[in-house]
Amino acid sequence: MSELIDLTAAQAAERIRAGEISATELFEAYRERAAADELNAFTWVAEAAPESNGNASKPLGGVPVAVKDLFCTEGVPSQSGSKILEGYRPPYTATVVAKLDGAGAPLLGKTNQDEFAMGSSNENSAFGPVLNPWDRTRVPGGSSGGSAAAVAAGSAPWAIGTDTGGSIRQPAALCGIVGLKPTYGACSRYGMIAFASSLDQAGPLTRDVTDAALMFRHMIGRDQLDSTSLEYPGEIAPPSSEDLKGIRLGVPEDLTGAEGGIEPGVRENFEATLALAEQLGASIEPCRLPHAPHALSAYYLIAPAEASANLARFDGVRYGLRVDGDQDLVTMYSRTRERGFGPEVKRRIMLGTYALSSGYYDAYYGTAQKVRTKIAEDFRAAFERFDFIAIPTSPCTAFELGAKLDDPLAMYLNDFLAVPMSLAGIPAISIPSGLSDGLPVGFQLAGPAFSESRLLDAAHALERAIQFDGGRPMTDGGGNAT
Amino acid sequence: MTAYEPVIGLEIHVQLDTRTKMFCGCELSFNDPPNIHTCPTCLGLPGALPVVNERAIHFGIMIGLALGCEIAERSLFHRKNYFYPDLPKGYQISQYDVPLCLGGRLGDVRIHRVHLEEDAAKLNHLGASGRIHGSDRSWVDFNRGGTPLVEIVTEPDIRSPEQAREWLILLRTTLRQLGVSDVDMSQGSLRCDANVSIRRTGTSELGTKTELKNMNSFAYLERGVKAEIERQRRLLETGEEVEQETLHYDPATDSLTPLRSKEEAHDYRYFPEPDLVPLVVGEEMLAAARADMPAELPAERAERFERELGLHADTARLFAFRAELGDYFERALGAAGSQGNGGLEPAELSNWIPPLVERIGSDADPSSSNVTPESLATLATMVKAREVSRDAAREVLTLLVKEGGDPRAIVEREGLGAITGEDDGLAEIVDRAIASDPAAAEKVRDGNMKAIGPLVGYVMRETKGRADGGEITRLIRDRLQG
Repeated sequence: MSELIDLTAAQAAERIRAGEISATELFEAYRERAAADELNAFTWVAEAAPESNGNASKPLGGVPVAVKDLFCTEGVPSQSGSKILEGYRPPYTATVVAKLDGAGAPLLGKTNQDEFAMGSSNENSAFGPVLNPWDRTRVPGGSSGGSAAAVAAGSAPWAIGTDTGGSIRQPAALCGIVGLKPTYGACSRYGMIAFASSLDQAGPLTRDVTDAALMFRHMIGRDQLDSTSLEYPGEIAPPSSEDLKGIRLGVPEDLTGAEGGIEPGVRENFEATLALAEQLGASIEPCRLPHAPHALSAYYLIAPAEASANLARFDGVRYGLRVDGDQDLVTMYSRTRERGFGPEVKRRIMLGTYALSSGYYDAYYGTAQKVRTKIAEDFRAAFERFDFIAIPTSPCTAFELGAKLDDPLAMYLNDFLAVPMSLAGIPAISIPSGLSDGLPVGFQLAGPAFSESRLLDAAHALERAIQFDGGRPMTDGGGNAT
Repeated sequence: MTAYEPVIGLEIHVQLDTRTKMFCGCELSFNDPPNIHTCPTCLGLPGALPVVNERAIHFGIMIGLALGCEIAERSLFHRKNYFYPDLPKGYQISQYDVPLCLGGRLGDVRIHRVHLEEDAAKLNHLGASGRIHGSDRSWVDFNRGGTPLVEIVTEPDIRSPEQAREWLILLRTTLRQLGVSDVDMSQGSLRCDANVSIRRTGTSELGTKTELKNMNSFAYLERGVKAEIERQRRLLETGEEVEQETLHYDPATDSLTPLRSKEEAHDYRYFPEPDLVPLVVGEEMLAAARADMPAELPAERAERFERELGLHADTARLFAFRAELGDYFERALGAAGSQGNGGLEPAELSNWIPPLVERIGSDADPSSSNVTPESLATLATMVKAREVSRDAAREVLTLLVKEGGDPRAIVEREGLGAITGEDDGLAEIVDRAIASDPAAAEKVRDGNMKAIGPLVGYVMRETKGRADGGEITRLIRDRLQG
């Protein structure tokens, strides 16, 4: 059994297609681990492997996928980590989930997350926090914390999450796995319960870069149901680079200063990884992203503003929680939303509502949009000189549960290094680059829009050189608890 | 008493007659069982996204062209945020500061803007009140939710309730001719709100305006605006002020009751809809809209009737605004031409349409009456040729409406042919008239033509209207003054 779990998704798919292992057997192995999960990574686990449906001959071979709770899955709870959607079973399936299923990756389970993807620690879930498989007293990161923890713990071969301002990359970093935030528009958002529509993107969380490329290849494409989705230019080939010859890496000194609060251990690991990249043939130079330090401020106006509207539909009228309003409509609305939403969601709805208010719109939302444009211009200028931007994914490693709960600003700072790419709509990948005090550190590469193939290739070369060992949580952090 | 001048602007909502809804593929319907034309998008289910209906854009452009607007190359959809059970997303997707069409004119009223949006669902309230407050139970029918709407906003160029009504009829005819909507006020596919203020005649400053709602017929629009002008006049005359508010018109009592006052005015927190890309109207779309435009719109037709055919301005408008009258008139005009019309002027022919309408019922279409355009043309030509007097022709018309047929045959059968001056019988009756009223005859002889009336009347009575009034006048004068 454990042998099956040791395979990466790409390896497993290969073996199934070759007839060496059975898809049902693989599904069952993961299903058992997911069902026995003690990290609270799953909010729902499939009861049985799907009927034989020809997956074995499909590109993803029947390797099951864990799906973040906020993706709508027909007939299966899709609650976005919120009490207001407790038990909600949508009548339709998100495009990305349907595409993966069509390519031969059936649904293994739904993974826990911060409520409506608002959080960086997965502590904002109505269904309880997720524990980090490397250290159960610590957070897995967020908001795709369940997906990251499940993959790291070997209770899922791979998973999908969403990244609005770091929600794939940061938990991937904190859990020692690979996380790819694609170019905005590369993957359909149809069926993703929205947090901030202009930023939300689905992406893979995987054990290695090859898996990320394989999964991403089957997620992309224009969807008639999502007007913001785009035809992906070109193919995503399996990454094969073994060096970084000729690759120019820019290190944005505007983000690596004291303001970003990068921990010494993370900084040390980052420097070491840069040195490794240099050995592989990359050139490394400082670069400027002068507006990037304002990204977090702009993000915390734009994202809550969009969220305040996106979350207005949870009003108790048609689905989800309804708290009786004693015959009064407004009372029903306010009681339902008072009881249904957690504190962080309420905080952001209020922030966003305020930012859009008449008289404040220009000063807050309007200014934030201008900053966003400037940041995108900064990146464009930087990519004229550099192939990729290199920066730590998160300023810190996994922190202790509860450590930042009372200080929202400290929590928001976790995304200081991830948010600029989100605002610019460009792709970024986080790969595990080593340990600091026994906890994983993430190394982030960002490239121009639709540069995922090159980005994955570069990440692949680095990954080979780093030789990160993610095996420990799979044996003692997963379902078989110590 | 101070003279006041009303200043009126209209806001018109038009349901577009597309096959599907504004942002999803659900079919439009009317009177179907509730909630059968719904999908995740128009129900506002979590994760669902809007996609713009191209046909609705096409219709929107056609309306803009018909109203002489400037069509924006690039316009934006915004979210208009408010909570109500008929609004499943908690916001309406509408257009705000960058609408599809700007400026323009229809008839004598300038157009401010035209934009696209989606309709709300239909709320039904059980219980005595018929409104949401105090109803025992309310239910929502989402069949209507998401119906494409065009909102047309005029400049405050209207100066009387009658003008408001007439202009709205022109707009309806225009839209009907475009084939973009049913434009039926009783079914709500055409809805009109009015902004009303009054000011001292001669001043140019605008007074405080009120917004009138629920005027769901042309007559109610006129009556509602009239009632509001009166209400405002009474307020100003007693030294009170008009309060800016929204008023609900009750046609049963002609009364206006406040819906909500400015204290609870909504802050709609408009912001650009992030789920949609900007609406770009290219040359191709413009050309397609132009190709679908009717050859002549009502306002142009009115101008042609007046300028080229010499119709009276009021008649020209009546025929153009009520296309069925204009169509009938033009067919009769063609028939008169091919009958060899003996110099019948279009204006003379046009004078026969109102008496026909009077006889068939003011809302009826003359084309479906017993009177063919050909027979009306024949009748008018006969009058022109003095083969039948005007009064007798009216009798013939009454018979035509009743039984149809050929006017010549009816004149023959009923013995209604004109008695002319060459007819000895008429000369004899003229003599009798003069003999019957010597005093009047004396005055006419002395040149007092005002006294001729009773003499003419006598002859008319005696000939049962078969003689022409002008002819009779000429005969009497010849006899007395000649």
